[in-house]
Amino acid sequence: MKLRPTLLALAATVMVLPAMAKDVTLLNVSYDPTRELYKALNTAFAADWKAKHGDTVTIQMSHGGSGKQARSVVDGLPADVVTLALAYDIDAIADRGLLAKDWQTRLPDNASPYTSAIVFLVRKGNPKAIRDWGDLVKTGVQVITPNPKTSGGARWNFLAAWGYALKLPGGNDDKAKAFVKTLYEHVPVLDTGARGATTTFTQRGIGDVLIAWENEALLAKQEAGGDQFDIVTPSITILAEPPVAVVDKNAAAHGTREVADAYLTFLYSPQAQDIEARNFYRPRSPEVAAKYAAQFPKVKTFTLAEVFGDWRKAQSRFFADGALFDQIGPGN
Amino acid sequence: MRRRVLPGFGLSLGFTVTYLGLIVLLPLSALAWKASEIGLAGIPRLLSSPRTLAAFKLSFGGALVAASINVVVGLMVTWALVRYRFPGRRILDALIDLPFALPTAVAGIALTAVYAPNGWLGRWLVPLGIQVAYAPLGVLVAMVFVGFPFVVRTLQPVLQSLERDVEDAAESLGASRLQTFVKVVLPTLLPTLLTGFALALARAVGEYGSVIFIAGNIPLRSEIAPLLIVQRLEEFDYATAAALGVVMLAFSLVLLILISMLQRWTRRWAEQHA
Repeated sequence: MKLRPTLLALAATVMVLPAMAKDVTLLNVSYDPTRELYKALNTAFAADWKAKHGDTVTIQMSHGGSGKQARSVVDGLPADVVTLALAYDIDAIADRGLLAKDWQTRLPDNASPYTSAIVFLVRKGNPKAIRDWGDLVKTGVQVITPNPKTSGGARWNFLAAWGYALKLPGGNDDKAKAFVKTLYEHVPVLDTGARGATTTFTQRGIGDVLIAWENEALLAKQEAGGDQFDIVTPSITILAEPPVAVVDKNAAAHGTREVADAYLTFLYSPQAQDIEARNFYRPRSPEVAAKYAAQFPKVKTFTLAEVFGDWRKAQSRFFADGALFDQIGPGN
Repeated sequence: MRRRVLPGFGLSLGFTVTYLGLIVLLPLSALAWKASEIGLAGIPRLLSSPRTLAAFKLSFGGALVAASINVVVGLMVTWALVRYRFPGRRILDALIDLPFALPTAVAGIALTAVYAPNGWLGRWLVPLGIQVAYAPLGVLVAMVFVGFPFVVRTLQPVLQSLERDVEDAAESLGASRLQTFVKVVLPTLLPTLLTGFALALARAVGEYGSVIFIAGNIPLRSEIAPLLIVQRLEEFDYATAAALGVVMLAFSLVLLILISMLQRWTRRWAEQHA
């Protein structure tokens, strides 16, 4: 008989506890080279949320190729938020009704809290004198870039090259097509992912120049230690905008909407922007950008929207089955 | 009904059918069902693309060549392991299984590290004009690597049970070594060799991880069929990916049925000539 009040008290405590300090778990499905970035961001966000609300937030991560990650979410991976390499992959999730189609307007800056630029990584001393896109198609230059059919990063590379040719004096679609065709004739290996291409260039010693995201190039340079590689910033390049979004349906089902929203908004905070810059992503905040000016040289960029409209258009025009890349692709 | 040695035939058959259904047939029907979205008319269109044809040719052609190499080399290696005693034999025997256990991506990285132009072997081969990594030859090397243990492990028990007396008898009756091998040993081993061939072939056709690392993946040249499937998936085109998968499945099934027919035929032939 004496046990009952104790049990009741215990039950009451258990029921009250969650109301006092909740344990929240978020699943962030991301792409490959963001491992270190989000490890740092998650710690910072969890501390921030705990200070403000007293709740413990645990953020689980899943990394992989951007397209593959999107497919997993479509097929039921219960992601609360997705942080992917290109908007097209989040569009594909939206097409299956998992989040609102206008997701990219729900956060500032096209829902990309940080950006990158497409640059060149060359061997020390730049022996082939590569300064700009035009040098990539010189005789005897081998270019390493992954396959745009299997790699989101490679699609940014392709569009950067196309945009360069288009913006040359007298540039038009035909000239851009010819330029890109020649460029891909200089590619001896089409890796399936960006990291694979980096390995081919840095570890296997294949090629004279690697077309890469700036963050990947800086990371590769740092990883290699010493002075094995130089980074070359071309005269003009594309602004790579990796987007983030809350997966509406999953967040609603898990009751994590509030935390998920806060998590993504946090990515724009000064503290997070600083972490992003330290992980080689270009911050959106002008103040933080000024602080890291030495790391990120000034570069003339164009956005995807300016030249290609949106990712759906770019995808169907260039990368879909039988589209432009299939027509000009190496081997054709 | 006649009594069987083991009881519960009904139960075990039921279990077998259910289990196979869940593990093999259900996923395969899901594949076919997904593929059916592109319709029967879609299949010829899919197959008529030069790129698809080139990829199928490399995948199946490469697998056939790799399995053939594995059968010949596998026979020699198994022979050495079974018939001779030498120091380190057990270690060698254990090494055979390595390609079984190794994650295919690791195998791919390891092979590429060896055959890349700056790799251990690559640095000697490339100046001789032999390009292994990032060329169709690399695909072949990876396929040989992953298929090798299948031949050895199939052959080993049969070779172990093969009595030496028969060979001695053949020899004492005046047969040359070659005659003994061709007329006595080979017929007994042939069905097993074919099984090993079929297993190595099947593994090579389906291999993805190790091959894409070393292939170079250039369309029409060094692009394997499984990579095309991945590309379709990357376009969120599940139906075409599944259809390509079904075509591969059909090809493989036909090949395996042919081999199993050949196997039955050789076994009967061997029994008649024993």
